[in-house]
Amino acid sequence: MDFATLLQMLDATVRLATPLLLACLAGLYSERAGIFDIGLEGKMLAAAFLSAAIASVTGNVWLGLMAGIGASLLLSIIHGLASITFRGNQLISGVAINFLAAGLTVVIAQSWFAQGGRTPQLSGDGRFSSVTLPFAETLRDVPILGPIYYELISGHTPLVYFAFFMVPVTWWVLYRTRFGLRLRAVGENPAAVDTAGVSVVFLRYAAVGICGVLCGIAGAYLATALQAGFTKDMSAGRGYIALAALIFAKWRPWHALYACLLFGFLQAMVLRSDVVERVLGFSLNGQFLDVLPFILVVLLTGFVGKATAPKAGGEPYVKER
Amino acid sequence: MTDLAPAIELKGISKAFGPVQANKDISIRVMPGTIHGIIGENGAGKSTLMSILYGFYKADAGEIWISGRKTTIPDSQAAIAAGIGMVFQHFKLVENFTVLENVVLGAEDSALLRPSLARARRELKSLADEYELNVDPDAVIQDVGVGMQQRVEILKALYRKADILILDEPTGVLTPAEADHLFRILENLKREGKTIILITHKLREIMEITDTVSVMRRGEMTATVKTSETSPPELAELMVGRKVLLRVDKAPAQIGRKILEVRDLNVTDTKGVHRLKGVSFDVHAGEILGIAGVAGNGQSELLEVLGGYQKATGSVRVNGEEIDLTGAKSDGQSRRARGISHVPEDRQREGLIMDFHAWENTVFGYHHDARYQKSWLLMDNAAIKHDTEGKMARFDVRPPDPKLAAKNFSGGNQQKMVLAREIERNPDLLLIGQPTRGVDIGAIEFIHQQIVALRDQGKAILLVSVELEEILSLSDRIAVMFDGKIMGERMPQDTDEKELGLLMAGMTTSPRGPLHKAVEANLAHASGDPSKET
Repeated sequence: MDFATLLQMLDATVRLATPLLLACLAGLYSERAGIFDIGLEGKMLAAAFLSAAIASVTGNVWLGLMAGIGASLLLSIIHGLASITFRGNQLISGVAINFLAAGLTVVIAQSWFAQGGRTPQLSGDGRFSSVTLPFAETLRDVPILGPIYYELISGHTPLVYFAFFMVPVTWWVLYRTRFGLRLRAVGENPAAVDTAGVSVVFLRYAAVGICGVLCGIAGAYLATALQAGFTKDMSAGRGYIALAALIFAKWRPWHALYACLLFGFLQAMVLRSDVVERVLGFSLNGQFLDVLPFILVVLLTGFVGKATAPKAGGEPYVKER
Repeated sequence: MTDLAPAIELKGISKAFGPVQANKDISIRVMPGTIHGIIGENGAGKSTLMSILYGFYKADAGEIWISGRKTTIPDSQAAIAAGIGMVFQHFKLVENFTVLENVVLGAEDSALLRPSLARARRELKSLADEYELNVDPDAVIQDVGVGMQQRVEILKALYRKADILILDEPTGVLTPAEADHLFRILENLKREGKTIILITHKLREIMEITDTVSVMRRGEMTATVKTSETSPPELAELMVGRKVLLRVDKAPAQIGRKILEVRDLNVTDTKGVHRLKGVSFDVHAGEILGIAGVAGNGQSELLEVLGGYQKATGSVRVNGEEIDLTGAKSDGQSRRARGISHVPEDRQREGLIMDFHAWENTVFGYHHDARYQKSWLLMDNAAIKHDTEGKMARFDVRPPDPKLAAKNFSGGNQQKMVLAREIERNPDLLLIGQPTRGVDIGAIEFIHQQIVALRDQGKAILLVSVELEEILSLSDRIAVMFDGKIMGERMPQDTDEKELGLLMAGMTTSPRGPLHKAVEANLAHASGDPSKET
């Protein structure tokens, strides 16, 4: 494998890791606050659909992004109502959201655009275009570093940079701010937060809200940056891979980045199976590559040691003495 | 100086949960700079009252006055603002946070943590010097002992500038030495003018440290008296509503043959922690061996091994026969077949199925008995119910309704059901863990009488309890466990809470002879041969 191909692979890794990373960080906020969220998948899908639909109707991708965030946020609020206000089962609520999104997106897309459950192909301002970072062109010819800067670091959509920027931001919020301290506490022992005079409900809604926004961006990225339009089930299990990455990362931001890059790389291998074939010397079944991330999750979680989830995760908070 | 207004005055507080009236028209005045005890049985409404004061519940009626000013306390935040701090029975700490983070949580100065943590660190130091409240600010809560966890809870309250400190059953998890330390802290706080409310069911603590004591019974405040003008029997009578025997009445033990022989028992749990380290002891017919110790020092594992749901290495003999500790016959069913009955420590998790009816609960473990079967397939439910009615009558279970779910009985009555099930099997050996945890004084008396009666029938009894008073008053011989080991054996008449407390904290006092000598001495003592006493 030559240097250019490697760069292409890594470039694809970054693109494919971005939605995973956004969804993973979304899940991190929610789960660190004690609200398990297996509805990441559904929220991404809903956001993908609405962002593509609005971007195609208005021709403005930023409006599409806003709409996507709105769709995801709405589902987050439903999840919040079910699991915080009404103290329901968080897994069931999450599954319901996934079903709801999988069904509704296709139905609405069909009745709106009549293109077999898709949105029209996006082009021009309806899509996020890539950003060329300063000096990328001039430095292009510098050996090694030039191509790395030009191919790998420069030339992504703004959402990619946002996703990676959110890693240190999330770390800082969690460990250096009052909000982060309270957020982590409410996922471990909500009674401690409550008796300290801080609202458990507010904190959990805030976390679920942040989760909704990040998931919305992840979904919008799928439909308006990675692809050019919405197709049925286009989230393709990314919400679940993001959850696996979250467990893998033991709910820590920097580790989430590494886990998402790993899973992004595995997905890039699926895309460039020709390269994989050349490196290995024999051909791999494409479907095997598809399930590889999931197999790895099962295998690797055995090796990462005990991943201790936030202790109060999944449990509605009921005041008791 | 004018007359001081009460630090806290409650006027006519009432609170009902559905049909249950938890607090009925309660009025109380707590003077500033005093330690005020509130004593009462489980379910008397003490905790409800304090939860109202801390904003957890809203009272249906009544007024709260703090330092002469009428106040409403809708939530914990308002309670904190009013200068009230609460140390709950079950600590409200974030286990994977440091001490410092726990203290700061909810009382941060600004959106960024660093300045708050720095200030808390300084303040903690001065509080530590002032009140003997020494903690390590950077220790993680799950790595420190309960004593320090409790000091962190007190520090949390003081950091929030609490003038009134409420402690709910603070000594339940402490060793006697830690409890003494706590009382010194409370004295220091009182000296500095803080007001302290101590909720407890332990008469001894009330007598030792409080200035005034209020007694609650069935949701009502039955009396408020000066501690110096009352006595334990009087308080017990006020709590229960009738005269109570505080001492266990028992004849000297008639010690018989060896029933249980435990040698070099070792248990390692799933996390690789060595829970039992070479435990050896004997229990004889007609004898109660009390195992004293702070919770979590291996007593639970010991009961689990003997009860048949924890594997172990070593040797256990019952009636001279070796029992299986690891193989197919190491289960509870086989243990029962060998004449071992078990009243587990946690009756709600191990002793009963809370959602099942009383009649179902009274046959668990014995449901294969021929007398409960109608045919090879069907159980004879009518016979079981009839049997349960008999047990309920003999063990004074109230209400005597076999169709009621276990969870609808009070703690004492639940315990009586488990006792009835296990004792009426006529076991050779009864294992009994925390027989009176969460049980009312009235029921404690009954349960203790049953245990002594069983001993007097010539049965061997292994009693595990974290209540030293209980160990001292029931046991014919006492073994103290610490860190998975037996620290020593003592005769109840030769020891006291102080010595046992030291052993419970892992400090060996001068041993009065090795294990087997203590047994011999016990036998000698029981047979009235003083010459052999060591």
